[in-house]
Amino acid sequence: MNDNKSTLCGFACNFWKALKKPSVKYSLGILLSVGFVSGIIFWGGFNTAMEMTNNEEFCISCHEMEDNVYQEYKNTIHYSNRTGVRATCPDCHVPKEWHHKVVRKIQASNELLHKALGSIDTREKFEAKRLQLAKNVWRVMKKTDSRECRNCHNFEYMDFAVQGRRALDQHSKALDEGKTCIDCHKGIAHEMPDMHDVDPTSTVGNI
Amino acid sequence: MMMKKLSIIIVLLVSAGISMHAMSENITSLRGLTELDQASKAPESKQYAKDGAPIARDYVQQPPLIPHQIMNYTINRKSNKCLTCHSWKNYREKGATKISQTHFEDRDANVLANISARRYFCTQCHVPQVDAQPLVENKFQPVTAITGQ
Repeated sequence: MNDNKSTLCGFACNFWKALKKPSVKYSLGILLSVGFVSGIIFWGGFNTAMEMTNNEEFCISCHEMEDNVYQEYKNTIHYSNRTGVRATCPDCHVPKEWHHKVVRKIQASNELLHKALGSIDTREKFEAKRLQLAKNVWRVMKKTDSRECRNCHNFEYMDFAVQGRRALDQHSKALDEGKTCIDCHKGIAHEMPDMHDVDPTSTVGNI
Repeated sequence: MMMKKLSIIIVLLVSAGISMHAMSENITSLRGLTELDQASKAPESKQYAKDGAPIARDYVQQPPLIPHQIMNYTINRKSNKCLTCHSWKNYREKGATKISQTHFEDRDANVLANISARRYFCTQCHVPQVDAQPLVENKFQPVTAITGQ
């Protein structure tokens, strides 16, 4: 019986036993310093790796991103504007707060899977999926009250008095009705998907 | 005789040359008086007027002008940014002018349920404005039917 258990348990059990036992060979000081230093190295390494995957060059290292959404984004105000301030891919698509950022990074493993499957590896495949992909982003933006937009744009700091007629009207109304940025500002950094199923009156073709 | 003919030809050629030279100095093309090998001064760049009130028409049947900026407003087969405010479904909520009923007719005068393809590309007729002087002076006056005077 005992033999059977030890074979079942095997290496993991022995390792756990060794971990539980106090050290007889190394001093507490050494253990603490090694733990402290390796903690810094691992933590720093983890954050560096996360930052490396959080910039534009990394995003467009996949041709799916570079050939489609990046080219479209280059014609928009978040790429080129009068003051030269830019919002790059992660500014809008990756949360700033650490915990939301880690959650998003874990979700990105799904994107790696679809990269491997080649789900959108041609323009045609991408166009066929554009509405679905756009809807995913719109849904998340709606759920988080357009959190990533609000890293830069915020109702509280908007001076409605210097806004144009249309912006003033719509922003005051949106503020009263508790609307969020993405409710109106869709397709501001990329081409719109085929909107015939969403709002047929804003597209051509019979309803 | 021969000499006389030759001298007449020479005089004619020289005078033609002089007058052509004088003419070429006075020719003003659209690019101004800048010599061909010189770079002409770029015209001052104009900016589209900020959002304003609707602009009155100048003649009957004039497509209304766009009284606001339309930078990056895309119109293609998949979507039409203008219609997200100006369609009959959206105009009330957005406080916009709705598109004319005429836009629902195809070329055979069949009335459609949605905007007609031939009226879909808004900026073919409707254009935003810059504050610019006319390149050529004109004394056009709107008809009284529009001005009401």
